[in-house]
Amino acid sequence: MELLCPAGSLVGLRKAIDNGADAVYMGLRDDTNARHFPGLNFTDQQMQQGLRYARERGARVLLAVNTYAQPQGWLRWQRAVDQAADLGVDALIAADIGVLDYAASRHPDLPLHLSVQGSATSAEALRFYEEHFGIRRAVLPRVLSMAQVRALSESTDVELEVFAFGSLCVMVEGRCLLSSYVTGCSPNRSGACSPASAVRWEETAQGLESRLSGVLIDRFSKEEQAGYPVVCKGRFQVEGQVGHVLEEPTSLNTLSLLPELMAAGISAVKIEGRQRSPAYVAQVARVWRQAIDACRHNGDGFQPREDWMAALAGLSEGTQTTLGAYHRSWQ
Amino acid sequence: MQLTLGPVPYYWSADRLHAFYRAAADWPLDTVYLGENVCSKRRAFSLDDWIGLGRELTQAGKQVILSSLALVEARSEMGVVRRLCENGEFRVEANDMGAVQLASAAGAPFVGGSTLNVYNPRTLAVLRRAGMVRWVPSVEMPGRMISENLQGLGDPDLEVEVQGFGPLPLAWSARCFTARAADRPKDQCGFRCLEHPSGLPMGTRDGDAFLRINGTQLQSGRWLHLLDALEDIRAAGANAVRLSPWGEDMAGVVRAYAAALAGEAGADRPIPGLAPEACCDGYWFGEAGMARVARNARFQEELT
Repeated sequence: MELLCPAGSLVGLRKAIDNGADAVYMGLRDDTNARHFPGLNFTDQQMQQGLRYARERGARVLLAVNTYAQPQGWLRWQRAVDQAADLGVDALIAADIGVLDYAASRHPDLPLHLSVQGSATSAEALRFYEEHFGIRRAVLPRVLSMAQVRALSESTDVELEVFAFGSLCVMVEGRCLLSSYVTGCSPNRSGACSPASAVRWEETAQGLESRLSGVLIDRFSKEEQAGYPVVCKGRFQVEGQVGHVLEEPTSLNTLSLLPELMAAGISAVKIEGRQRSPAYVAQVARVWRQAIDACRHNGDGFQPREDWMAALAGLSEGTQTTLGAYHRSWQ
Repeated sequence: MQLTLGPVPYYWSADRLHAFYRAAADWPLDTVYLGENVCSKRRAFSLDDWIGLGRELTQAGKQVILSSLALVEARSEMGVVRRLCENGEFRVEANDMGAVQLASAAGAPFVGGSTLNVYNPRTLAVLRRAGMVRWVPSVEMPGRMISENLQGLGDPDLEVEVQGFGPLPLAWSARCFTARAADRPKDQCGFRCLEHPSGLPMGTRDGDAFLRINGTQLQSGRWLHLLDALEDIRAAGANAVRLSPWGEDMAGVVRAYAAALAGEAGADRPIPGLAPEACCDGYWFGEAGMARVARNARFQEELT
């Protein structure tokens, strides 16, 4: 089982690998990747440096070109695929059928992974991508229960990668337009969810208010820690009750599921967070490296250590973690 | 330009569905989409019921298309999608790549639903080869981009259908938000969505009617309303406009759109029960989905 860690920058890439990542994933500095934030991601030269650093240490490098190409920008996506092939990355992570089609026909030796943005949740959907583009691996959206992940793994030859730790997307990836409904920018089209340019904070008599394009997402009292205003983690009113109607601020942590994921034949566990600091990535990678090694050594007796869980909780949104959709009761 | 009726996104009882489609048989519609595409637990109608209803509507002169589930999680759900794709009688709207694969393998021409994430001509070409005969662009796609896609594809035989009216489908989840609002687990939801025939309003804390909870789906609080943009839709290369059912005066909506398409005077009269400030059209004009562009402009004219 591969430990796949985020590399938002060259420093982050080094930290991830130094702390035990088997592989890292990164993106270019434009809207071809789903984490298109200022100050993040890689220039061509930085990618070459990163690849060299990884190769010298036996780690793999994957490049995410996982937003959806639009007619006017098509050449940008095409160029990103060519760059991945020229650099010799270990795999290209893509969601767009047109991008996958271009990559498979132009660079048949470039291994392809289906991005989580591809929203593939069934053996039949995976077969489409396998038959048309020869994908080797798919990243599963965070919507399946553990039993469903197991059943899917049994019914496909495509390698499966699951999210292990980090921010929890409540909606099916690639099928969420909440950000573009409010701000005009969506993960699919521009690689951004709730872009910072649309965020406003205001101190009012009722507390600190966070707004996204003018829409009140949350209001915090003095004692509360204020979270970033994404729609799915805000507080709203339903039938006169105010609360976290969609989801509390919390992070996904599947450490306790590690033996089951391993037994189900999951090929890789993915740590989310290219936008997080190198120190964060280092800490998360270190814990997961130890956990995977311990589980590989003694799967039946595997118990997440208390210090691991405490370290991960300390790095989580709202210092809370959840098993998310893997656990049926969350649904 | 064709006028089509989208599938009912909400959980309506069998009686309500029967009454709705009995009325719809007489509305000026070319195509009617049937089936459940949000939650597999909703079983007021079985697949056989939908097929039976499809035959009745065919008799009434409508083209009938069966719409598939947008989010498939369990093997049993994929089994239903398989039966749908292999029904051999009605065309299918594939709302997930699993359905695309099954329809394609069955050699059945299919409609590519708005959740397939089709954003460029190369993707359109792949799906065309797989058997897609009609494309429903994502609701977030601006009209200009639809037009660019069709020019890039250069295939006049592809039918294109744009959603013109109704709450926008914005997101899907494994979690049932209706059950959560009722403090129930999804597995014991008690079909609470039956109580919300137009979805459950979810407002901001300062009273904006922001979103609408519909089980595992989230919809916009505002209604997409492109009555003023029908000429633009035609110019973009679309040949069908979809009206998504809501729990109130659907007959009035269909009449208003049919009159506008027929070029009748007074066709832009507002729809009863639908306040202008409850409408949006931003996506079509390349802005945030919740924005009002054309209607704002018109209202400004009226004000001056």
